[in-house]
Amino acid sequence: MDVDAARLIATSLAIGIGVIGPGIGIGLIGSKAMEALGRNPEAEASIRTTMILAAAFAESIAIFALVVALIIKFVV
Amino acid sequence: MSPHISIKAEKVFEILGFPITNSLLVTTLVIVVFSFIARYYYQELQKEDRSLVFYGLHAMFVGLYGMFESVLRKNVNVFYGLLGSFFFFILLSNWSGLVPGVGSILIEPQIHLEEIAESKEIHGSGKIPLLRGGTADLNTTVALALLSVILTQIFGFKYLGAKAHLKKYFNFKDPIMIMLGPLEIIQELARIVSFSFRLYGNIFAGEVLLAIIPFLLPVVFSFVVAPMFFLEIFVGTVQAFVFVMLSAVFINMAVAKQH
Repeated sequence: MDVDAARLIATSLAIGIGVIGPGIGIGLIGSKAMEALGRNPEAEASIRTTMILAAAFAESIAIFALVVALIIKFVV
Repeated sequence: MSPHISIKAEKVFEILGFPITNSLLVTTLVIVVFSFIARYYYQELQKEDRSLVFYGLHAMFVGLYGMFESVLRKNVNVFYGLLGSFFFFILLSNWSGLVPGVGSILIEPQIHLEEIAESKEIHGSGKIPLLRGGTADLNTTVALALLSVILTQIFGFKYLGAKAHLKKYFNFKDPIMIMLGPLEIIQELARIVSFSFRLYGNIFAGEVLLAIIPFLLPVVFSFVVAPMFFLEIFVGTVQAFVFVMLSAVFINMAVAKQH
């Protein structure tokens, strides 16, 4: 296997495996926020803010994987 | 033709051997715009009848103040200046990458001939963009993260005193704390990495997305790219917000008395 092929495989594996966890995490955050909203509809504003914050934290893990993938693709 | 994607900011020119990158140019412009807005707000504050723009800005400042108040409680007046300027600087830097012309105006590089030969293999053409979003450069975000983490330490020293603050990291009386102290130090260092990479990664990923989408769907280009711009405006706001909220929480942890 030459270097370019290995690099492409490494890139796709890095991002592909890296987004599994954050995907599950954001799904859980969304479902729990919906449950909280159903239980307490008056608290919609604060639930939305904290949900977006938590989703941004889970998303940042996926972004780390993306940065690693881009570094493999373009720099190393 | 392939899209122009560069993971780091390119040098546009040099002043006395000091390299000026395209991100630094945009960051300087952001600072100029920032100071004009601040000056405008201050001038309007002195007047009797104020403009509608003033009240728009004022609503944003007050909303942000309320957010910080829910985290910092009584210390909010001390830290609002720092965290508020963090927020608006990061916000403007994030959005600066979306302004038309940023990233699309290409120029011939004037320095470092051997690096151009290298970059030609990557980009296809040897040209570099004149402007690049401020926080799409890792140097900017590392600087912001260092500022946030170091200031958190300084506030810890100031509010708790040197002895009580250092006790969080070096406490040899309690066997559990002997183990936890070094972990706290590692956590402080990891905070720099996570702060800087989260912001850089989000903004840079947005730029890559906007550069790649036209090549994936060239026919329905404008119908697809316009929503993506809205997405990036939203992501920029959320990331600026996440940065200052995390800073606020960490500062609050540093200045709170230990139980």
